[in-house]
Amino acid sequence: MNISLNPWIWIAAILTIAIFSFLYKDNPLYKFAEHLLVGVTVGYYINIYWHNAAYPYIIKPLFLEKQFLTLIPFMFAILYFSILIPKYSYFIRYPIGFLLGALNGMAISPEFKEAILVQVKDTILPPFSFSLEFFNSLIIFIGTLCVLIYFFFSLEHKGVLKGFSRIGIIFLMIGFGASFGYTVMARISLLIGRIIFLLKDWLGIIR
Amino acid sequence: MKFLEYLAKIDRRIIYLILAIFIIIPLIKPLNLPIGSSHPVKSLFDFIEKQPEGAVIVLSMDYDASVYPECHPMSRAIARHAFLKNLRLIGLTLNPAGTGLALEVMTEIPKEYNKKYGKDYVFLGFRPDITATILGFGEDIRKIFPYDYFGNKTDTLPIFKDVKNYDQIALVVSISGSALPVSWIYLARGRYGQDIAAGVTAVMAADYYPYLRTGQFVGLLGGMKGAAEYEKLIERRELATSGIDAVSISHILIILFVIIGNIGYIVLLKRRK
Repeated sequence: MNISLNPWIWIAAILTIAIFSFLYKDNPLYKFAEHLLVGVTVGYYINIYWHNAAYPYIIKPLFLEKQFLTLIPFMFAILYFSILIPKYSYFIRYPIGFLLGALNGMAISPEFKEAILVQVKDTILPPFSFSLEFFNSLIIFIGTLCVLIYFFFSLEHKGVLKGFSRIGIIFLMIGFGASFGYTVMARISLLIGRIIFLLKDWLGIIR
Repeated sequence: MKFLEYLAKIDRRIIYLILAIFIIIPLIKPLNLPIGSSHPVKSLFDFIEKQPEGAVIVLSMDYDASVYPECHPMSRAIARHAFLKNLRLIGLTLNPAGTGLALEVMTEIPKEYNKKYGKDYVFLGFRPDITATILGFGEDIRKIFPYDYFGNKTDTLPIFKDVKNYDQIALVVSISGSALPVSWIYLARGRYGQDIAAGVTAVMAADYYPYLRTGQFVGLLGGMKGAAEYEKLIERRELATSGIDAVSISHILIILFVIIGNIGYIVLLKRRK
């Protein structure tokens, strides 16, 4: 056992235990750690945005390098704060409108290609063969078709439609099961990460 | 029957305690269970492995401390692999809270391999606006990042003498606990045909498999298991490898809980009828 003498490790360890204490029941120690986290996060974000956005992209070019074209996006950015003055709050629509228009224009075409066309293409069956690839493609084809039918609400699910939608439910359940399994692994991994920190970095029990 | 009733009403804190014990034991006394290498992880490894010396990899560390145990080992392993192969690395983050973690990867790992800042690797830091940043990489990196994280003008860094945009970049790896890898697919791959790989938290992994099958991702690391597999491939045991035994044991325990819970539920339901 080789307990850390680093005060920051001690602070992190105590705060970790404070957060874990909620598993027993809600308590002032947990509340303190939670509020501290919120406060520190806000401070950290302000710092990061200042040093990585405001200073290099506005302050430095505008005031130090005299690149006056920066004034245009800067003024647009300032309009975001018009929401704080009720009389002029409608000015916020201009930067939001510009941003939405520009982002949609840039993103719609590649998103449509990658999210829809490429994915739909993958559901097309390859020529028949006794291969694992064909079998996988067949499962994907049947699964996609049946799940889409399950979410087709314009016709009552009767007869053939009912059969397909039932198969669709099975595919959905398998999907949810896979997601649940992965979620368990994710949550356990986070817990393990913290326990490793306590046992290794703080208490020095493990190497 | 009384035992089943007891199980049905068991205090959740007892379950937490059992789980904690089953996690701590394999950490103190490792079982060294075998770690395989799944196809998605091997694909990414092979892709990086076959790159010629000097090829450029962009490592986008788009995560924060909340997913540290899953994502951070991935970043470290990929950075190590890139330097082992003498590839050049451009690091950045699209998550403001991830800047400190990304900085740690981009300062600690290059030192192990005696890499020179500005020539072999560069850290661009955080830049707001995901869409503009990803698309900007396709035009001119120096325009979208006029300065690196340390305030150096990117124009003056040797790495950017022959690296202008995606045309000179072999691979973008996005490590994330959110939907950011998909943004890389939509914008960088969709618009510029850039090869993309992802390292994601286990929660997100199931959602990303369709992109792997279509080839939109050249490889995928899913959760701590993916990170551990990659650590094994580069023969460097770190956080993910030390935690993987505990993951396996805790999974067995949770499977048992699910089975016992279901048996108890069914038996008690029949009894009530």
